[in-house]
Amino acid sequence: MGSVGPIIDLYVLFAVATAVIQVAYMGLVGTFPFNAFLSGVLSCIGTAVLAVCLRIQVNKDNKEFKNLPPERAFADFVLCNLVLHLVIMNFLG
Amino acid sequence: MAGRRLASAALLTLLLAVAVAPLSSAVRPVSDAHRSAAAELFAPSADGSFGDLESTYEAVRMFQILGLDKDKSLTGTVCKFAAEKLASPASALAKDLFHAVRISGALGCSVDPGVYNGVVARLKAVIKDTNSLLEFYYSVGGLLSIKEQGNNVIISDAESTFHAIKALSQSDGRWRYDTNSAESSTFAAGIALEALAGVVSLADAEVDQSMIGVVKNNIMKLFDTIKSYDDGTFYFDEKHVDANEYKGPITTSASVVRGVVSFGSVASGKLDIPGEKILGLAKFFLNIGLPGSSKDCFNQIEALSILENNRLFVPLILSLPSKVFSLTSKDQLKVEVTTVFGSAAPPLKVNLVQVLGSDSKVITSENKELQFDHDNNVHYLDIAPLKIDVGKYSLVFEISLQEPEHETAYATGGRNTENVFVTGVIKVDKAEIGISDNDAGAVESVQKLDLLLKDTKVSLSANHLQKLRLSFQLTTPLGKTFKPHQVFLKLKHESKVEHLFVVPGSARQFKIVLVEYHPHPLLQFTLLVFSVIVLCSLNHDANRTNKDFLGLVEKLYYLSGRYDLELAVGDAVMENSFLRALGHLELDLPEAPEKAPRPPAQAVDPFSKFGPKAEISHIFRPAAFASLFHAGIGAVLLLYVLFWVKLDLFTTLKYLGFLGIFLVFVGHRALSYLSSASAKQKTA
Repeated sequence: MGSVGPIIDLYVLFAVATAVIQVAYMGLVGTFPFNAFLSGVLSCIGTAVLAVCLRIQVNKDNKEFKNLPPERAFADFVLCNLVLHLVIMNFLG
Repeated sequence: MAGRRLASAALLTLLLAVAVAPLSSAVRPVSDAHRSAAAELFAPSADGSFGDLESTYEAVRMFQILGLDKDKSLTGTVCKFAAEKLASPASALAKDLFHAVRISGALGCSVDPGVYNGVVARLKAVIKDTNSLLEFYYSVGGLLSIKEQGNNVIISDAESTFHAIKALSQSDGRWRYDTNSAESSTFAAGIALEALAGVVSLADAEVDQSMIGVVKNNIMKLFDTIKSYDDGTFYFDEKHVDANEYKGPITTSASVVRGVVSFGSVASGKLDIPGEKILGLAKFFLNIGLPGSSKDCFNQIEALSILENNRLFVPLILSLPSKVFSLTSKDQLKVEVTTVFGSAAPPLKVNLVQVLGSDSKVITSENKELQFDHDNNVHYLDIAPLKIDVGKYSLVFEISLQEPEHETAYATGGRNTENVFVTGVIKVDKAEIGISDNDAGAVESVQKLDLLLKDTKVSLSANHLQKLRLSFQLTTPLGKTFKPHQVFLKLKHESKVEHLFVVPGSARQFKIVLVEYHPHPLLQFTLLVFSVIVLCSLNHDANRTNKDFLGLVEKLYYLSGRYDLELAVGDAVMENSFLRALGHLELDLPEAPEKAPRPPAQAVDPFSKFGPKAEISHIFRPAAFASLFHAGIGAVLLLYVLFWVKLDLFTTLKYLGFLGIFLVFVGHRALSYLSSASAKQKTA
């Protein structure tokens, strides 16, 4: 379980990089369709945020979440991601 | 291995049975079988009633068409029932008046002219006020029936009625039910055409020909929506299946047939509908066979009676009274060509143009004309000169009408294909059974069997190091090798334990070699590899098959003693399929080791092996949950993709609900197992 931290960090980096690429693309091509751009960027940012939350909860040194089993944190992460992506797909159009 | 061979043989038999099954639902014209089925379906209840007005009309019409006997008292009861409805027309529904009038017409009830005057006035009022297709249909239909019963009925201003009904038509040939509804239906088109035909018949002056032309166009477009099966059957069905209104192909096709034929008979000039579609519709109704519901029966019989002698094309049906021909009894091929109700067809010739074997291989393409037997109205041909062997064949017939003017009046369908069986007696000879010591060595004792005559009583004995050899040849009446569906050898121990073996056949003969060999364990592996290689290379040159070297003794559960031998050979085209007791075999097998499988307990009731087996309870392994969890997440993501491409939100949410419940369950199991595992690891 100790090696999970760096993996999550990598995932956050990937998500943020994807968002940056999308913004750059929008800069090149223009904002149409704007809802697609928004949903794309927000899905990246959203999943990055959720991953950071997971990171915090899984970290053994964190006193606030000492009693929370990491599997529970992961389950929350998965659930929130699924809900986020449902909203994203709806908004994507 | 024998079990698997058995299963594949059984599956083959099942598949062939399924392929043969269409033979049983052959197209045959309406016959006494239909009449008795109809008599049963339309039997009156104890008090002599047939239900509501519509059901009563259907029953009455069935008796009329099929010529079924009915009680005179029943006629009286039904006439009274109809007369009650006609008594007060002012307050009655057009639908009830419609059915009551038609019942009186069909039964020939005597109705007071004054009563009919009242009904006519009411129906005319309905026509003036309504713009619903069904109301038009009922009132026009009622007036037409009253006219047909000998009264003088005329619709004044028929053109505006015609126009009102026609206005509800759609560009694809279908009709709407009224001006408010947007849905159109094929069934409604049939009703509308019938109503329009009624208006033309009841008009005092001739209806404008251009309007008739437009309706003819509608009919053409309607026929563009016709559907078909591969065997040349055509039918009509609705485009949209609305659960409440869906009437099914039988009702819809019958409605269209009624409408088109009645309109075709009042419109001058002929409708441009190809004969094959009329024939296809007739075949569709005949293919139903004996219908299970009174509604289907009514629609089938009425549609067929309308097609029997219609003005467009009279369908002629080619059918075979028997589809099995025996070479032994020198059966003749008999073919009947009749109308849908079995009446005689006009003068015509039937030719057998092709015979196709299984997998559509052409056996013969000689054109043979069938001779006609006037007395029995049957075309016949001797099949012996065709030199056809036993088996399943497709015969292709061609009908040609003898008088040229009949070509435009009758639809024959050109070429008709029928599946038949040719059966015969299969010769069984060169049957031998014996015990030998090894593969190449001489057979110790060979006994010739006569498998055709009776059960034989061979007496053999062998130990586990020897082989049992059984071989024989099967020949068809024309001298070719025959491979039947079932060739089984059964060994039955005195304790009732049974074993079945499939006897493999080659180009020349059937031969089975049962080998029991239980070598030293050190040799087992090498022998296993060797036997696998040898068996693979001998795949198609199966003159002999050695049974599973190592498994046979175990398969026999190490039971020594006396085994009864039985041979079963059978096939659908084999007239002399047999099950013969061959005798018995004393088998001397080694002692069973400790871990050997015990024979299954033999049940007292011999059919209990077909009863329910023990319930299997599935125990998931925890590792499976993890992969299920991932699969579940993947499924949700796939659902999202589908949502983006095709589905709408509510459907997605519904499926998401199901997947979510599944995912929660699986995820909980997987993650709780993981957490308990890691907790154990921590404490350990």
